[in-house]
Order: sequence, then C-alpha cells, then structure tokens
Amino acid sequence: MNETVNTVTIWVVDDEPGMCRGAVRTLNGWTDSFADLGEKIVCEVLSMGSGEEFLARIATEQPHILLLDGKLPGIDGIGVLEQLHERKISLVTIMITAYATLDKAVEATKLGAYDFLAKPFTPEELRYAVHKAARNVILTRKARQLEEEQRKVRFNFISVLAHELKSPLGAVEGYVNIIRSRQAGDTLADYDHMIDRIGVRINGMRKLIGDLLDLTRIEAQTGKRNPEQLDLRSIAESAAELQKETAADRNIAIHLKLGSELNITADSGEMEMLFNNLLSNAVKYNRDGGSVTLSGVKAGKNIRLLCTDTGIGMTEDETKRLFTEFTRIKNDKTRFIPGSGLGLSIVHKIVTLYHGAISVSSVPDEGTTFTIEIEDTRI
Amino acid sequence: MKGTPMSEVKTVLIVDDDEDFLLQQEVYLKKAGYRVLTAAGRKEAEQLVEKEKIDCAVIDLMMEEVDGGFVLAHHLKTANPALPVIMVTAVTSETGLNFGTMGEGEKKWVKADVVLAKPIRYEQLIREVQRLLA
Repeated sequence: MNETVNTVTIWVVDDEPGMCRGAVRTLNGWTDSFADLGEKIVCEVLSMGSGEEFLARIATEQPHILLLDGKLPGIDGIGVLEQLHERKISLVTIMITAYATLDKAVEATKLGAYDFLAKPFTPEELRYAVHKAARNVILTRKARQLEEEQRKVRFNFISVLAHELKSPLGAVEGYVNIIRSRQAGDTLADYDHMIDRIGVRINGMRKLIGDLLDLTRIEAQTGKRNPEQLDLRSIAESAAELQKETAADRNIAIHLKLGSELNITADSGEMEMLFNNLLSNAVKYNRDGGSVTLSGVKAGKNIRLLCTDTGIGMTEDETKRLFTEFTRIKNDKTRFIPGSGLGLSIVHKIVTLYHGAISVSSVPDEGTTFTIEIEDTRI
Repeated sequence: MKGTPMSEVKTVLIVDDDEDFLLQQEVYLKKAGYRVLTAAGRKEAEQLVEKEKIDCAVIDLMMEEVDGGFVLAHHLKTANPALPVIMVTAVTSETGLNFGTMGEGEKKWVKADVVLAKPIRYEQLIREVQRLLA
C-alpha cells in the first residue's frame, strides 16, 4: 500500500511551562504510522499558556488535536470546551488532568472531550494517547472523503440518468409535434414509421427503468437477499428460453454447456438477472446466423462461467469502458442496437456481491467472451 | 407553383447519430422544400459529399467519435469555404459550455456559420437554413 504522510497539528494548552516543554519535546517531529490505514503522520506541536490565548487563536486556525489542561488560571478546561461547543468547533481533545474526578470527566465528555490523560504521565503514555487521537482524526477525514466521493458518484449518476430519460422523451415529443401538425402528409400511413419509432423509444425507456430498478434492488437489498440451493443449469435454461425468439429471428443458435454439478447457494433473482443480461447481450451484439455458447464449470469453491458470442466484438479501448454505468459502445455496428447501458453494470454488481470477478476478451468482428467467477456463498 | 426549375431545389445534408433526430429534421426540411440527404456519421457524410453536390450542411457536434462533428465541419469548410454549415450541439445543455460564432477567435476553430443548441426548435433550423441559402 502506498503510504501518505500527513502533518497532524497538536496544540498544547497548559499554564505549566514544564508541561508544555515536555509535550513539545515528546511530540514535535514525532512520526507515527497506521499500517492498516496506509497512513503515516508527522506531528507539529504548538504550545500556549492559557485558555484565553487558545480561544483567540482558534478563531483563525485550528489544530487537529488539542491537549487541554483541565486546570488553567483564567478560563479553565471545561470553560474552553464550552466555548468550542458554542462556536461549533469540533476538535479531537485530550484532557490533561491532575485530579480526575468522575463528575469532571462526564462533563468534559459531554462537551466533546475525546480522551483523558492523568498527570503525571510518561512520554510513552502521551504518545499512545496522541496515537489513538490521530487515528480518530484520520478515520474522520477518510469518512468525509468517502462521503464526498459517494456524493459525486451519485450526482454524476443522476445527471446521466436524467439525460438518458430526457432523450427518448424528446424524440417522442418531436414525433408527436410532427404528427400533430401533419408535416409528413395527410394519411396515417405517412406516419407509420414514426409511430413505430415512438414505440421503440418508449420500450427503450421502459427497459431503462426496469434495469434501473434491478440495479437499485441489488444495491439496497443486501440485507433482504434470499439465498437458496440453486441449480444454475435450470436458471441458464430459462434465461435462454427468454432469448429464444429474438435469437431465432436472426438465426442465432444458443448452446448451453453446463454440467449437473453447478449447484450454488445464491439468490435466485440475482442469478436470473446475471444470466439474462449475459445472454441478452450475447444475442444482441451477435451477427445474424451466429451463435452463443454459455458454459460453466466448478473450480474449487468457485463457479466459472464463460459466455462466448460470435458477434461484432470490441476494440481494446471499448472493452475498458464497458463496465461503467450508462456506457454504450457507439459505432456504426451498434447504432441500431437498443440498450439502456446498465446491463453490464448489473452483471458487475452481482458478480461483486458473490466475491467474484468478471473479465472480457474480444476481437472486433469475431466475437466476445465474458469470463465470470462467482463464489458459492452462504451469505 | 409555377414550375420551379429543378436547379433551384437546394440540397441540405444532415449528419446526426441520433436516428430519431435525423428523421425529424428530414421531415421538416423536406416540408420546407429542400432535397435532404442524411448521414449517421462522419465517414458516411464524407462518402455522400464525394458523390453529391450539397448546398448546406447541418452537423451534430458530438457523434460516435467525440469530435466527429468538428472534424467533418472542418473538412467541409476546407474543401468549400462558401458552404453554409450549421452546427447543432447538445454541449451547452450537457456541459454548460457556450459556443458562439460571433467572436473571431471562436470562428477560427468552430467552422460553422451558425451554432444551434439542442434541443433545437425546428422552425429555427428552417429559418437559419433559409437565411443561409437566400
């Protein structure tokens, strides 16, 4: 793991010059590492002699960690905490106390103190307390970053979704306007093709909404999954059955080569989504007269599925973008193939749920093979 | 109409990778009296232009290749600087970026006479085509 080194600033507020000097000597420039978090810190210490001095300074800058003496000459430790609380400033605070009473401790904790350190303490004890506090600082920062990233991903998803929903509406609206103002002639037959296109766009939108519901179901329903003993052969058979008509129209043969040993403990809805999406893609992006082969073998406690088509294939560049939501490979060959751009995201999410992996190999104009490994989980 | 000579029927090329948008533009332009050629992408458009004489091009900015529309407009304008080109773009509604044809600096790289933002109003498209072909 790549370790990043971050500076953690610590302010010591104590009226005893000896305490301040000791804390600076012990902590300033001290480096600490958190292997599990992939982080390294170096401490930068600043000391001040009174609560008043601290409160004046905190108005313009803030430390990560505060070492606060409980007993100060003017405003005392609890007073400082109250001020911070009032100003809505939250710092990871370690209270230094000579005589820790339970009442004081409870009061300080209520006001947001993170830890206590009883005087006198050794340099090791001080470092240990700072180590714990710094861990909290790092975790809080990481949680905030994650939240921010999720917010961005969510926002991005919603804006793309809005666009994907707006575009069929715009097309349908355009046709309705043409028909309403009789732009293409006076008989209904003049509009047959447009009416067909309206149907196609509405179906596309319905499929998009269906896929979207599948996707949210997978994301949100992790607690309500219903694992049971399944025979993947029968799931594959019903998925093939669903594609039969579309495949027959284009003279595409579907071969299933799954052994009888392909039992798995899994949620049947999720497995159906997985197989349906795989096979529907393999048929959709195939050539007329081509074939689809879905095979499965047991590999230890994993199940390996291979779905091979003789279709239009993809370039290396295209395969790289494949698993991103709403990605549709746009080229002359795919222009008239409808799709929501969510099918493979769904497959990917399900595979991840089963601690699996998915990979793709493809040759343009020859075909594509998706290889999927999923774990037989007892969730 | 008193026998409009055939030579006066102007040909408009529309290039867009959105099948529905292409068809809708075609309907309106035909109704307005133009001969219409359609292409779904840059290559198809360039093949058409080799065989057919066109009087105006309406090009979608972002086709399968992100800059396909730019490249096509550039090629058409280089081959025939007098050819009116209308660029249609969803860039404004999708990214908030604003293209104009007013500034000289912009004109150098946006090789178009008019830029229309999607969703476009078809009456406006017809008006612009009529103005450029007048």
